[in-house]
Amino acid sequence: MSRKLFHKSSAVDQKLIIEKKSEDDKVIALAGNPNVGKSTVFNALTGMRQHTGNWPGKTVENVQGYYEYDDDNYIMVDVPGSYSLIARSAEEEAARDFICFGEPDVVVVVCDATGLARNLNLVLQVLETGKKAVVCVNLCDEAKKRNIKIDLEAMEKELGVPVVGTAARSKIGLDELQAAIKKAIHSEPAQFDITYPDYIEKGISLLKEPVQALVGDSLDSRWVSIKLLDGDDNFQKSLTDFLGFELIKDKSIKLALEKYEQYLKENDRTVVEVQDGIVEMVVQYSLLLADRFITQHGKESDATDRKLDKILTSKATGFPIMLILLFVVFWITITGANYPSTLLANLLFGLEEKLAAGALSIGVPFLVVDILIHGVYNVTAWVVSVMLPPMAIFFPMFTLLEDLGYLPRVAFNLDHFFKSCDACGKQALTMCMGYGCNAVGVTGARIIDSPRERLLAIITNNFSPCNGRFPILISVITIFFIGGISGLSSSMSSVLGALSLVLVIIFSIVMTLLVSKILSMTVLKGVPSSFTLELPPYRKPQIGRVIVRSIFDRTIKVLGRAIVAAAPAGLIIWVLSNVSYGDSTLLYAFTNLLDPFGRALGMDGVILTGFILGLPANEIVMPIMIMIYLAQGGGLIELEGAALGNLLIANGWTWVTAVSVLLFTVMHWPCSTTLITIKKETQSWKWTFMSFLVPTISGIIITFLFNSIVNVFI
Amino acid sequence: MEPLETKLTLSDIPNGKSAVITEVIAEDGMRRRLQDLGFIVGNNVDSLNTAAIGDLTAYRINGTVIAIRKDDTDNILVEEINV
Ligand SMILES: Nc1nc2c(ncn2[C@@H]2O[C@H](COP(=O)(O)OP(=O)(O)OP(=O)(O)O)[C@@H](O)[C@H]2O)c(=O)[nH]1
Ligand SMILES: [Mg+2]
Repeated sequence: MSRKLFHKSSAVDQKLIIEKKSEDDKVIALAGNPNVGKSTVFNALTGMRQHTGNWPGKTVENVQGYYEYDDDNYIMVDVPGSYSLIARSAEEEAARDFICFGEPDVVVVVCDATGLARNLNLVLQVLETGKKAVVCVNLCDEAKKRNIKIDLEAMEKELGVPVVGTAARSKIGLDELQAAIKKAIHSEPAQFDITYPDYIEKGISLLKEPVQALVGDSLDSRWVSIKLLDGDDNFQKSLTDFLGFELIKDKSIKLALEKYEQYLKENDRTVVEVQDGIVEMVVQYSLLLADRFITQHGKESDATDRKLDKILTSKATGFPIMLILLFVVFWITITGANYPSTLLANLLFGLEEKLAAGALSIGVPFLVVDILIHGVYNVTAWVVSVMLPPMAIFFPMFTLLEDLGYLPRVAFNLDHFFKSCDACGKQALTMCMGYGCNAVGVTGARIIDSPRERLLAIITNNFSPCNGRFPILISVITIFFIGGISGLSSSMSSVLGALSLVLVIIFSIVMTLLVSKILSMTVLKGVPSSFTLELPPYRKPQIGRVIVRSIFDRTIKVLGRAIVAAAPAGLIIWVLSNVSYGDSTLLYAFTNLLDPFGRALGMDGVILTGFILGLPANEIVMPIMIMIYLAQGGGLIELEGAALGNLLIANGWTWVTAVSVLLFTVMHWPCSTTLITIKKETQSWKWTFMSFLVPTISGIIITFLFNSIVNVFI
Repeated sequence: MEPLETKLTLSDIPNGKSAVITEVIAEDGMRRRLQDLGFIVGNNVDSLNTAAIGDLTAYRINGTVIAIRKDDTDNILVEEINV
């Protein structure tokens, strides 16, 4: 299937606009293969907090940051990783377009010291563009561990640009890097040419002059000539955008190409040979240079990695370990969150009456106090006490697994299932990201090359219950399936809770696969396309830093978003429950209206209202339900696990209601942030609408089926 | 032309064995991607391990590990290296 699935090309068409603070600001592009530490270098220099993770494809869009060095100001642009300037996917296109046409003052090519041979391919391609460049050989600490030695001086001499060794994660070599960037700005661009076989050089020489006449000094004419020959169609589009005219349509270029075709015919060469010849020459040259630069190859340097791979992916242990890890993560989350949740709730709700009394005493009108404290504050307090603890525990653990390099192994294990559904094996990666946040999972789908398979990943991402939905799952499971079992110790109940969550996750994966398959057979017909999945080396995560960073960068951010959504929701509920409508309140009228629909799905009108008002953030679904029950019952808030259970049971919840809520939590519309992200990524209302409908309809069908079956037996 | 079956492809190389690439038949985008990763004529690949379920197999090439489905390794012709 063609690219037409997306309007125009893709989200990456929305070009990054460089925001210079002053005219003299220098723009630095960070290029490099995936997973070599570009974002880590970027964070270290700019003080920003781009997400990093040990798997290729973590960064999928260009991001800018600022730093100062030696009284000069720099704008650094973190670019998605790419193996080559010949782009194959949306994120690689974004990278290529910025490096080639974003007019950076210097391109810093970050390399992995433990895999120099492959990394040099991109280095050489960048040098060929004739731009000013610096080569940053990162991960030097890993290379040292593996007994690999690289001769940086020889590299510098051969390549003709500054070469710096760094270990960005430990902030080693960054001063030298900044100095090298400055030096590069003030020197002439590298004159680095790869000499191709004669039959290719012939084409270049035919094209170079007319190209020079047309593009002038804006681009390197030898490089543009090569790009006209290597068969990279996608590149031509960006070139046209940059130049403002179609180079290949120009008469002089056409003439040169015709001449060259004639030449090829006479010499028994084909166009494909030329295209291959160019690509292969660069690769071969990289291998040759790598051999020269690497003075000591670490023997068996990846033996440990391969042993770990065997354990984490083999028949006997691969799947059990995956399930055990999932269980452990949930178990720690539930056990660890329990106590702080109660503590926070007692604290925040204890403050509620005091705040109200205090506000009244300083003369704030009763109505205002009631709205702000019993409306806005109340819902916000619920969100914080229910959400914060599990999130603050789950995020760091997830990040540790990510930094270790485990996620690509999950994708490796699950590939067969995705292939059976005509989907891409990398969809497992976006699915995993979805457990953190669906919006992140949707953006992450850019790593999938095929537009069809990328849409499958985007539409089904919402089947991964995100971090905002875990607390609903945890509360409901704890109250109805574990709390009900008498004589259970609290440690035993968190074990059962975690096991139930594992079941929910397995169910969500089954749904992801099932729906992907159904979509593949209907609106997104097609066969699975080719892809490559890199399995990066395992790296020991910096545990302390990961914990601090994921709490401050991710948890606080997500929580902030939830609170922003919670406050207005609190206000709405307060207003609805205080405005009368006939004999009752508006809120009551509204939930009553929804009640028949809710009942048909095993729930009630209040629960549905919770899900509907929870559109801005899933975190507020449960707090809203609780608030409405309380408002209707008129009771005051008593907070403890058992009290919450009693409240729900008093409002007619049974285990059937609980299961229906669990199912509907896994399967309903995406939150508004995710929907906006989907619109941005697909550039299409149609696919955004589909992404809304597919999980919603699935949820309705499955909960309805579940209730029909239960009704037959009860 | 001799039938394809008689030619050895990367899919035929058992885990733990190595091979040298003789031809890449894959086309278009995948051909470029494979070339960029180092799958070019004359280069060595080691077959490492295959997924517990299915056919995705990890290969070591140029010092990095890349997993590829059988559908795609069928399109890479090789000669086995016997040590
Ligand atoms: N040991 C070590 N690890 C590093 C170093 N630099 C980065 N890392 C780790 O390598 C992994 C990848 O780093 P990122 O900065 O996300 O890499 P990237 O190049 O931005 O990756 P993409 O965005 O996927 O292209 C992370 O787990 C980092 O913590 C380093 O110098 N030494
Ligand atoms: Mg990155």
